[in-house]
Order: sequence, then structure tokens, then C-alpha cells
Amino acid sequence: MYVAVKGGERAIDAAHAWLAEERRGDPSVPELTVAQIREQMALAVNRVMAEGSLYDPDLAALAIKQARGDLIEAVFLIRAYRTTLPRFGASRPVDTAAMAVDRRVSATFKDLPGGQVLGPTFDYTHRLLDFALAAEGTPQPAPMAPAPDEPVPHVTGLLDRDGLIEQQPADDTPAPDLTRQPLELPASRALRLQALARADEGFTLSLAYSTQRGYGRTHAFVGELRIGRVAVEVELPELGFAVEIGEVELTECDTVNQFKGSKSEPPQFTRGYGLVMGQSERKAISMSLVDRALRWQELGEDFTGAPAQDEEFVLSHCDNIQATGFLEHIKLPHYVDFQAELELVRRMRREAVQMQEAAE
Amino acid sequence: MTDQAYNFAYLDEQTKRMIRRALLKALAIPGYQVPFASREMPMPYGWGTGGVQVTAACLTPEDRLKVIDQGADDTTNAVSIRRFFQRTAGVETTERTTDATVIQTRHRIPEQPLAEGQILVYQVPIPEPLRFLEPRETETRKMHELEEYGLMHVKLYEDIARHGEIATAYAYPVRVEGRYVMDPSPIPKFDNPKLAGNPAIQLFGAGREARIHAVPPYSDVVSLDFEDHPFAASKADHECDLCGSAGSYLDEVITDDRGTRMFVCSDTDFCASRQAQGHRGRLSPQGATP
Amino acid sequence: MTLMQNAITAAPLLSVQGLTKRYGARIGCAGVGFDLYPGEVLGIVGESGSGKSTLLSCLAGHQRPDEGRILFDGADVLAFSEAERRRLLRGDWAYVHQNPRDGLRMGVSAGGNVGERLMAVGARNYAAIRESATDWLGRVEIAADRIDDRPSAFSGGMQQRLQIARNLVTGPRLVFMDEPTGGLDVSVQARLLDLLRGLVRDLGLSVVIVTHDLAVVRLLADRLMVMKSGRVVECGLTDQVLDDPQHAYTQLLVSSVLQV
Repeated sequence: MYVAVKGGERAIDAAHAWLAEERRGDPSVPELTVAQIREQMALAVNRVMAEGSLYDPDLAALAIKQARGDLIEAVFLIRAYRTTLPRFGASRPVDTAAMAVDRRVSATFKDLPGGQVLGPTFDYTHRLLDFALAAEGTPQPAPMAPAPDEPVPHVTGLLDRDGLIEQQPADDTPAPDLTRQPLELPASRALRLQALARADEGFTLSLAYSTQRGYGRTHAFVGELRIGRVAVEVELPELGFAVEIGEVELTECDTVNQFKGSKSEPPQFTRGYGLVMGQSERKAISMSLVDRALRWQELGEDFTGAPAQDEEFVLSHCDNIQATGFLEHIKLPHYVDFQAELELVRRMRREAVQMQEAAE
Repeated sequence: MTDQAYNFAYLDEQTKRMIRRALLKALAIPGYQVPFASREMPMPYGWGTGGVQVTAACLTPEDRLKVIDQGADDTTNAVSIRRFFQRTAGVETTERTTDATVIQTRHRIPEQPLAEGQILVYQVPIPEPLRFLEPRETETRKMHELEEYGLMHVKLYEDIARHGEIATAYAYPVRVEGRYVMDPSPIPKFDNPKLAGNPAIQLFGAGREARIHAVPPYSDVVSLDFEDHPFAASKADHECDLCGSAGSYLDEVITDDRGTRMFVCSDTDFCASRQAQGHRGRLSPQGATP
Repeated sequence: MTLMQNAITAAPLLSVQGLTKRYGARIGCAGVGFDLYPGEVLGIVGESGSGKSTLLSCLAGHQRPDEGRILFDGADVLAFSEAERRRLLRGDWAYVHQNPRDGLRMGVSAGGNVGERLMAVGARNYAAIRESATDWLGRVEIAADRIDDRPSAFSGGMQQRLQIARNLVTGPRLVFMDEPTGGLDVSVQARLLDLLRGLVRDLGLSVVIVTHDLAVVRLLADRLMVMKSGRVVECGLTDQVLDDPQHAYTQLLVSSVLQV
């Protein structure tokens, strides 16, 4: 008697229970707290916030714990949570020129107003495994300097004063919201930047890298990379002025790119832009390179067929939640389709064999 | 046992309203893919996020929901989606096609003819029937706009030239109301005739691709073909080994390591109902009444 | 003398006025104008960079000119909507590319390539489509048993003939050709030219053909336009222009061929 491959309900319950057990691991090892993840896995938390499009370090840390450290799964949890949140309104644009910088480097000028600030970077560490970290202990406190009181102007602003870089006129049109409207192509630059800000870090990195290797080359310099906290302000109609509601940490990258000039424009530098939540400088730099590569049409450059120039290719494939879901859905049952294919292949094979036999 | 932390059927009311507007537009322009602001859902893209959003937008507390995957109520993904709505909407669920007011499906149309007032919600992976002929959305949108469907027939022509027949077994393209060419989602082409003239409302949701399309009740839906190579719905040339049905779509089941097979209805409710009515197949237990 | 009669009795099929296309400060073509009458073949010659290819791509709607008018059958083509333009491109107009790969679907069989335009205008009978395709393969001297082969399995000359069949199957009223014999061996060129001449004569095609090869226009074209640096320097009946060139540049072109 046929017993169908059924029992889905029981199987799912059992799988969930097992997953919970595996998540905990060996119970003799102390359990991670969400606060530990938030404080000690901060860059993972930052990535989950950035790609999850939700600034909440505690929730991101919880998602990482729930996802057993699978960051894309954690991003997924954050996105699914975010989608249920009511929308109260939009903040005023954050002022990154007024950022309290922890890190600020420019590759285009040796020194500049506001100075070069290395900040907590891996850049000049030797990548040697530090076995001392395997033991527990508190690091020596880092030397402190008084907070500088001079402003830290944008490098692109300095270039702009001399007319050396393309103008970027202020635009008060509300930016489209990718999470509230379907992606329609061709997309505005604002929409492209929005998609890239939450795009998969690995995908963005590879695309940016490909432009450096000649696939849509843009000759980029990091004009400036800055990481720090900015105030978030909300306009309250009842009060008639903006009120600060908190701070967020951001990474911003401005690239300065060579540009030979066009029909209407003399040669000058052009810009690529990256802005990412948290400390995520690899992502911010990648984003600004891809942004610049995508601007070929606007700047009258040639389309060379490079993937990073292809807006539709980039925007349709940069979201890791879409990608992972669709990729993994092929493990769902496809009995019905496969059955239809099976019949077709069998029939066509039968006919082919008959024709072969008839020919012989 | 509704989960009070979420709005009825998970999505907030604004989102549902937005989806309903897209649904109305889709029904007004049969077969046209309406872009909608697809939300992130707590299940992965490709696992029914589009269907779930459409179902959520359609559900009322009085509805009776049936969820099937591959025709069956008991496959894991169907169970998971049914539970999702039990938890977030608290609606009654059923496995009986005739009792359901909303049926969410992946890859099948139920065997039992649907009736007026029922809604069939399809999960759609790739809504664009021209996608594999032309990868660019900007271009395919133009092709639909201008009714440039020649390329689709080139594909069918090539199939016949090479294989002697149209070698598309599922997701077989159709033309709706003489206008838009539409992908009916990956249902076997056996199910295509049920798309046409159906009294139920048929809604198609593609979450990852953010598109909704629809076939209103009693619509004209024609499977693409040539006059001299007409479309033919096909299935395994067997009867169901459990209920003896000769006219339903069958799953092939391998029952041992010597390659012994049996064929059973893919529509579990249809098969069970027939068995309850006393129909018997080749492998039914002798004399036993289920 | 049909040419002269046409010129008197019929309205021009294609009428071009003041067509100009610039690339920044550089001129693609400037101030080009001509009339093409039904059943007439107009040759456009000039060396590479003379603007003849720019002109052709503006005429065929691949590029938008900066100035000028293009009237087809009296209708202003540049004012057409995208839908009307595409309808024109798949029905009344045809375009033969220099490189057959640009004009063929390389992944589709020869029969499918020829049948595409038929299906695009509504043909839905497989046997009839196949019959037309077989007939057209025959007309361009491709064996009927190659109908299910892909163009990638064809020689360059065969690919070019297939492209011609694919374009002519729907009986277009106007055909644009861009160096149709370019990139082919000399012996293959001769055969293709011969075939084209036969088709043009038998079907009474109206053609605008761009080439740098004077032998091609000598055989095919009724009238000739000579271009240099984006401008038309001379035009007239083909034999007249080639046998008695007036402009110094045309004289140079003609003499350079005769010396060979």
C-alpha cells in the first residue's frame, strides 16, 4: 500500500526544534548574549543594519544570533521585521559635513582642513593571527586627543570652489522609496544609490573591482572617506522647526574621477558617491565606484558592455535577499513540472528511436 | 490563536490597500503585468512571497483558505504558508476545494472546477513570458506595449522544427483576451485549458519581481500554437492507482529500488474525495473502505 | 527608361531634406537631401569616414538626426511614435547589415530566421511559414535541407544570403543595405552581387545601398550620390557619374578603381 511522501507538519516541527538545538551548540559553552554580539561583532552588526536597511544595533545583533551567524539570513530577518513597521515620516537630509568624524582620510590631498584622521582601522595592522586574543583580557586604553573644534569640510567642496569638479546642484525632489514603490527602470540616480546602499556587499565589491580591472573603467580616487556620527533631525509641523531625535553612525565615500569632457563640458573631475549605515567602508567605496560607472549615459561616455555600467543588470541582481530566496527556491518540490518534462522527454525519445529504426 | 503582534494577515492596511489597487488594475487589464511595491515577507523570495501578499490583501476574517503546492495540501511549503495565515489572520482553513473561498497555489490548478466567488492565487516565480527570449525588462515591456510577439512564435517554431512538437511542458504561454501574452506560472500545460472561461478570479503574484497579473472570471485565454500544430494538454498516460481517475494530472512515484512505479493524482483533495465516493485504483486495498 | 517614367508619374517613396547629424563638434553628415522613387536603387559611395554610414543609420531610424526631414510615402518618419516606427521596421522597411551576425538571430535556425518577420506580422500556420522559408532559401541559393541548421554553421556568404532572405520575405517596400558585400571573399562577392541584381530586378525593389565599392553600385544602382566629409559632393545617374565624374574627389575615387 502506497504511503505518500507526506507528513510535512511533523517534519517542519522537528526541523525547527533541531535548528534551535544547533543554534545553541554545546550547552556546556556559555551562551552568547545579544549585547556581546552588538559590542564585539560590531562590523557584522553594521553590515546587517546596512543591508537590512534598518538602523538598530540591538535588533541586528539579535538577528545575527538567531541566524547562527549567517549574515544574509540575519539581513533577511531584519528586512522581514522592517516591513511590518509603521512609517511616521522622513527625516531631514543628514548633514555629513557636520559629522563628528572617527575616521577621515583623503587619497587626493596630503593634508587638508580637518586633517587626516585614521581612526579605528585595520588598514595598517599586520594580518597576523593574534593568539593573545584567544585568551581573555582588556586591551590597553588607546591614547586620547581632545576633539578638534575646526570644521571638516568635504574635499569635493574644495574642488568645487575651483570649478574642477562637476556641479552637483541641490535637488529638493523627494527621493523615491525602493521599499514602498516597485523598481522601475530606467532609474534615477537617487534610486540607484538607494538600491546600492542596501545591496549585497560582496556583489557590490566585485562589480567595483571589475571597473578597476577595465570593465567600465572610471579612474577613481578616494577623494574622501569619512566615518562618524551624524544627528538625525525630524521636522515637526506642529512646532515649525526640526528636532534632533538621535544619532546614527555612517560611512561616506566621495570618489573623484577623471573625465575627459564632452560636447558641452570642458574636462573636469566627476563624482561617485557611497553612503552606508554603520562602519562599512569597503561597501561605501564599492558603492561609489559602481555609482560612477552607472553614470556613463548622463556623462556622455560610451557603453562598453561592462556589467557595472548596466543599470538593469546591477539593480536587478544586487539585492541578496531576492537573490538568495530565488536561488534556494529550486530546492522546493517541482514534481509537477518535472513530471511534465518527463512525459515530454519520454515521448520525444520514443519518437526519435522510432525514426531511427525506420531509417535503418 | 492569532498572533496579536501583527496586523490581520501580517501586512499593514496601507500595504494591503496598495496591493488591492494593483489587483484591480490587473483585473481591468487582463494579462498585463502591474508593477507593485512588493514588501519583504518573512519567507524567502521564490517561496511564494507574491502569492502570500496577494492572499493577504484578499483575505477577510470570514474567508476559508486552502493552500496547495504541487496540487497537495500536505507538502511542506503549503503547510508553512497555511500556518502563516492561521497565525497572522486566524482564518479558517480547509483542504476541500469546494469549501475554500481563497486558494493559494503553487504549480497547479485544482481538478475540481472552481465556482463564482472563489479566488485562486498563484505563486509566480518569473511573470515575464518573454524573459528567456529577451532578458531586458525595458525591451520586453516595449514588446508588450507594441504587441511584438513574433519572437515568441519563433521559439515555438524552433521547437517544432527541432522536436516535431512544441517542447514546452509547463509555464506554457497564453494570450489573454486577445491582447497580452501571459505566463500562467509553472503549471503543467495540462492545466492550461482550465485558465479559460473559469468562473473564479485568478490572481498571479510575483513578489521578487514585484508584478501582479490577473485573469478575470470567464476570460478568453488561448494557449499559443500554430493552426497546424494545435496546443494539446497532456499528462501521463495512466490512471490514478489510488482512485482510478483517468482524467486528472498524475504524479509518478517510484516505490522501490527496482524502479517499480505507481501513478497517483497530484491533487490530493480530488483523489481523497474520489476514494471517499468509492472509486478504486489498481493498488487500492481490496474491499477496504477508507 | 522606367526610371524616367517613374520620376514623372510617381511621387517619391522616400524624400530626404537637409539631414544633419553632428557628434559634438564633428560632423557626421550635413545638409543631405534626395528623393528615391519606387523601384529605384540609390547608391551612396565614399571612403570610410565620409558620413555614408551615419546617413544610412539616420535614414533607417537607428540614430536620430539633429536636423532635417525624412518623408516615407509622404509621412514624416521622424515624428513617428515608437510603435509606428517599429511597425515600419518589421513590415515596410528592411535593413541588411554589413555583418550578417548583426542582422540574424545566430541561435535560431535558418527557417526560424526567415520565418520571424512572417510571424511578426501574424502568420500562424507552421507548414505555410516553412514553405515560404524554403522558397526564400531557394531564391538565395541555400539548399532546402539546410533549413533547420543554425546560421553559425553557414559560411559568411551563406549567412549574408540568409540575411537577405530574412529581410525580403515580407516584401518590404524599401530596403536599406550597408556594405552588403563587405567582408566577403572576392569570388563570393561576385556571386552575391549577381544574386542581388537578380532580386532587385525581379522584385522591383526600392533600395538605398551604402558601399565604398564602385563595382557594387555600377552593377546595382540607378543613381549615385558621392559623399566626402559628411557632405554630398556629386550626384546623378550612375553611369554618368562613373564615366564622366565632375568633382575632383569623384575623379579620384573612379581613377583609383580603374588603376586596379
